[in-house]
Amino acid sequence: MILSSSRLAPEELRRRTGWELKPEGLCRGDLCVPFRADDSDSVDLTKAAPRLGMPILHDEMHHLWALGPESEPGGRFLRSARFPDLVLPDLDGQPFSFSSLSGRKVVMVAWASW
Amino acid sequence: MWQALRSELHAKGLEIVTVALDTGGPDTVRPHVEQAGAEHPSLIDSGHKLDELLGVVNVPSAVWIDESGMIVRGPETAYPGGGYESPKEAPPDASPRMREAIDVLSRLRVPKGYADAIRDWVDNSADSRFVLPPEEVISRSRPRTREVAEAAAAFELGQHLHIAGHAADAVKWFRRAHELQPDNWTYKRQAWNLLGPDQKSLDVYGGDWMTDVKKIGPENYYDPVPELEG
Repeated sequence: MILSSSRLAPEELRRRTGWELKPEGLCRGDLCVPFRADDSDSVDLTKAAPRLGMPILHDEMHHLWALGPESEPGGRFLRSARFPDLVLPDLDGQPFSFSSLSGRKVVMVAWASW
Repeated sequence: MWQALRSELHAKGLEIVTVALDTGGPDTVRPHVEQAGAEHPSLIDSGHKLDELLGVVNVPSAVWIDESGMIVRGPETAYPGGGYESPKEAPPDASPRMREAIDVLSRLRVPKGYADAIRDWVDNSADSRFVLPPEEVISRSRPRTREVAEAAAAFELGQHLHIAGHAADAVKWFRRAHELQPDNWTYKRQAWNLLGPDQKSLDVYGGDWMTDVKKIGPENYYDPVPELEG
């Protein structure tokens, strides 16, 4: 996830990562990670991301941050066998949702031109 | 290849969806899709999100999704033909470089019988011997380490900068992604491919396909599929 600031509004953080800022910390479902925000209007990702097991990288020249996916010791790529709610564009830029194929068997093939 | 299988099995309830891992976008992908005469959805993943979400590291890789949206086989080497046709012996007048290429290509090991495995699934659904239970789908998926998660973030920065017109500034992030996840071929081959005609990936990234494949051994380039012969 590319960001132009290392700070995210709590609502934005919840929408994009599922983690919600609460008095007891950052919470998702029943799980809460202790975290105290120094400002109730925004969460400093350089402090929050490491607590959530997410990498955060900074490109100083272009003032960009990249927030990576969560990882945990011993974790696998798939946390569940449910196919993620994935939407990708077709060749004309129209979004295609895999959930539209519900009821069919699907073989999704990753390939490349290179 | 995929279109032929789609024509054969669509009436029996199978859909094929191809996803091009191509930072170059539609213009790069369209000629290939048109040449294949694809009637199935043909999508583009310019940010290699499939790597980050599912653990794809090489192409061609496929995932099987059943009628209820459950993965019954996670990302794995997927050649729908009879298998990869390895080249014959080098012709007598072949250059040393060509001999080396043919040697490497002939040693690649591609799991055979992938299309028959799909046919078996289409006919037998959950009773197919190729259908894996959810816990095995999860345990067979690749380890998501801290390094691999950081590689995804680095690749995303590189891809973002490249598309924004900062190709030179993207290089250090692609290089970081390669260092953090050296067995991810889509991150490597994509970055090598985005270089200009006057740039060599060996100079810029310290690697190219031939060099890197020889390093790991051509036999190990494609992950084996446990149920199929390689």
